Amino acid sequence: MKKKDIDVLKHELVPEHVVMDDKEAERIMREYMVSKAQLPKIKESDSAAKQIGAKSGDIIKVIRKSQTADRFVSYRITIK
Amino acid sequence: MAASKRTIDALKKRGINDDDAKTLAEAGFTASKLRGKSLDNLVELTKDISKGVQQEVAEIKESAEEEAPEEKPKTPLDLRLEELLNPPTSLPYRMVKDMKAEISKHKVTKKHLEKIIDEVIEQYNRAKVEPCEAVGIIAAQSIGEPGTQMTMRTFHYAGVAELNVTLGLPRLIEIVDARKVPTTPVMKIYLDADHRHDRDKARELGWVIEATKTSHLGDILTIPDGMVIQIRLNDVMLRRRKITFEEVKEKIEKKAGTGVNVEGDEKDLILTITPKEPTYRELLQLRKKVNKITLKGIDGISRVVIRNEDGEYVMYTEGSALKEVLSKEGIDAARTKTNNIMEIADVLGIEAARNAIMEEALSTLSEQGLDVDIRHIMMIADVMTRDGEVKQIGRHGVAGEQVSVLSRAAFEVTVNHLLDAAIAGEIDELCGVSENVIVGQPINMGTGRIKLVATGYGV
Repeated sequence: MKKKDIDVLKHELVPEHVVMDDKEAERIMREYMVSKAQLPKIKESDSAAKQIGAKSGDIIKVIRKSQTADRFVSYRITIK
Repeated sequence: MAASKRTIDALKKRGINDDDAKTLAEAGFTASKLRGKSLDNLVELTKDISKGVQQEVAEIKESAEEEAPEEKPKTPLDLRLEELLNPPTSLPYRMVKDMKAEISKHKVTKKHLEKIIDEVIEQYNRAKVEPCEAVGIIAAQSIGEPGTQMTMRTFHYAGVAELNVTLGLPRLIEIVDARKVPTTPVMKIYLDADHRHDRDKARELGWVIEATKTSHLGDILTIPDGMVIQIRLNDVMLRRRKITFEEVKEKIEKKAGTGVNVEGDEKDLILTITPKEPTYRELLQLRKKVNKITLKGIDGISRVVIRNEDGEYVMYTEGSALKEVLSKEGIDAARTKTNNIMEIADVLGIEAARNAIMEEALSTLSEQGLDVDIRHIMMIADVMTRDGEVKQIGRHGVAGEQVSVLSRAAFEVTVNHLLDAAIAGEIDELCGVSENVIVGQPINMGTGRIKLVATGYGV
């Protein structure tokens, strides 16, 4: 039934999603002084998360295009 | 363009055969430009080149050029400025970009540069929102106040003359309430290189997408005498929508249900459908079913309008089915959009939904002539998408998830919350704004966020 699998990350509305390695993730959390529970969340079943193969517990770096700063890096922890 | 032997060799190493490698090299590609492309892409690219599809080639070239720009060595200015992106200074990317552009226009000494950087950092820190500022309420008021100037008029057609879209305040409410389905779902479908400049191809694709119901193809007659339903198909409509008599018959057979007999007369284009029992009840139920059957196209897309915008053909649809549309051949899956935010969250992810919320809110406001700073809208979008799903601001979402009982009671459905809390023996920790106002204590925002501690004398 599926004619072609959609490359979600290619869509205009979808920013770049990258799975961070543990060391980098710890560094970021230390810098912002947050715990894992305080990070914004993203579901494991989220289309973008699925495409980059993020598993529950992984922290994803999201590089958004921003109207105010051209580029802004945000983070989301994968849940469930 | 002369084919570079190096390119051909490099491509052959990657697994491309001689002829294709030659074609690619002759088209002007170099190994570095094609580095990012997978083997499948390259094979397709060669096919496209031989077909002479210049458009796609130009586009891929453009993106390839963006991905692999000439590697200029970084100047000391570049390096110094890039440090500012990291903590402790953490300047926004655009600021550093602008600095780079301005400073490199002049000759500056190292000392001079440091002075400039210090000044920029100080101004940036001054311009930033102060910690503990109640940005939520500021965002709410900044959006709410222009909201009072929005009329409730929804009869104005946005953009396309034939389509009816919810505008203004009702639309803004839909967005903030995270409605599952907007009252006027609309998609804007962009077409791929093959279809976007070809009117006939675009039209054909339009019929592939628009839902064709039985009523579109002819007359449906309920004949109580013979206890049958007769469909008289119209030849013109069949041809226009590119569907054959056989296809119609098959589809109806499939969807009419068990025990139903479908007889077809291809010459007269008449289909006779007999219900499983010759009762009036069965007949009428069958009629209802036949009315509902979608013979061609995507269920839910009730109308497709094709327009020529900026030199390309675009399709506007009444009705939204993002997942199905994106997987159809011929459409541009990177640009096609919808105003159904829940669909976007479902198909493209939460970050896309966040962007969609901002875009929809912004366009709704600016269509009414209102200019709200994007930061307030960003605030709303961020709050709504914080937990990985799109939540409404109201009592079934953000407001309803407040830990504090008093806060929820002060928001909506007062007695229920107080009753349930009393029964359960709940405790309110008085951390938020509403509850502290009720109780009469300073709130945990602004100045109230700061606690003074005495260090004692002689320290």
